[in-house]
Amino acid sequence: MKETPVYTEYHPRWYRARVSTYWWTRQWKYLKFILRELSSLSVAYFVVLTLLQLRALRGGPASYGEFQEWFKTPLAIALNVVSLFFVLFHAITWFNLAPSAMRLRVRGKRVPDWLIAGPNYVAWLATSAVIAWLILRG
Amino acid sequence: MAETITLEVARYRPEEETEPIFQSFEVPFRKDWVVLDALNYIKDKLDGSLSYRWSCRMGVCGSCGMMVNGEPKLTCATFLSHYRPGPVRVEPLRYFPVVRDLVIEMTDFMVKLKSIKPWIIREDQKPLSEGEFLQTPEQLDNYKQFSMCINCMLCYAACPVYGLDQHFIGPAAIALAQRYNMDSRDQGANERLDILSQHEGIWGCTFVGECTKACPKNVDPAGAIQQYKLKATKEWFKDFLMPWRAK
Repeated sequence: MKETPVYTEYHPRWYRARVSTYWWTRQWKYLKFILRELSSLSVAYFVVLTLLQLRALRGGPASYGEFQEWFKTPLAIALNVVSLFFVLFHAITWFNLAPSAMRLRVRGKRVPDWLIAGPNYVAWLATSAVIAWLILRG
Repeated sequence: MAETITLEVARYRPEEETEPIFQSFEVPFRKDWVVLDALNYIKDKLDGSLSYRWSCRMGVCGSCGMMVNGEPKLTCATFLSHYRPGPVRVEPLRYFPVVRDLVIEMTDFMVKLKSIKPWIIREDQKPLSEGEFLQTPEQLDNYKQFSMCINCMLCYAACPVYGLDQHFIGPAAIALAQRYNMDSRDQGANERLDILSQHEGIWGCTFVGECTKACPKNVDPAGAIQQYKLKATKEWFKDFLMPWRAK
């Protein structure tokens, strides 16, 4: 019997590239993904903000006035504008991805993507309209 | 003088280099040439030592996947004219170990592919005399998209999750698991669920979605994974609410 042939003399010398910590900065599509992930921080920020607002409301008129004063500072406005942008980015990208995760069939035919994403947008607009009506009617 | 285009090709010759370098080649520009034609020109006329994989040159075999200007592409389906006036940078598929030049080591993918049992599993075999398992066009349509996968691994090169965690089972393997799960003739979904519902299975996916964009066959692995997450969550809830349910 012959000896086992060595087919790959340099076998152990594979080159393995290390993935850089900043891999996401090189291409816009990956940067967009990371921004989408980071947008959850903005969502969390608004949740915390609402809780703080409720606490201020419980603390009486003085404490609520103080909260409102803080709200008018340039820092708070800037923070809110940036967070709003990211929350919108979060919601829109999320709704656009919904058809990918849901595949519905009606009478053997696949429901088109826009019919799955569409109702999400409609529900979003309707909820926003109700909230706007509640706030603005007074 | 006839127009030419420059190809910057990654070279890794383990007996010469400790890490890949780029070598430039001037090749004739022809509007009907794909990147693979240019590589073949280099191998035939300029440097016979250049190593790369290819076979069918018509987008069926899945061997010629490489990074072209940083994007995972089948080089047989990627026209030079798209990158005019160049240069065109050709590298081996990202996130895989490089054996030589543009040739990557794919054992990892083959092991993962096998682990999801990509074949029809039956609990009850019927005798041959009863004939084949019939399927309606709707039943075929259910999984057909996922069956178009040619195992070219472009989706792995597009997936940063795989790049960062090599234990992640990856887009193509999950899409192929889904291909069999959704096949009306198959009864092995539970066996596959055990493998896929691990952390390195579907839950490793963060829905970057680039696998779907990279796929030359419109398989939509990202969709397959999200649909699977939905299914696994439903199964978990059912098991939680009804512990007596037979597994």
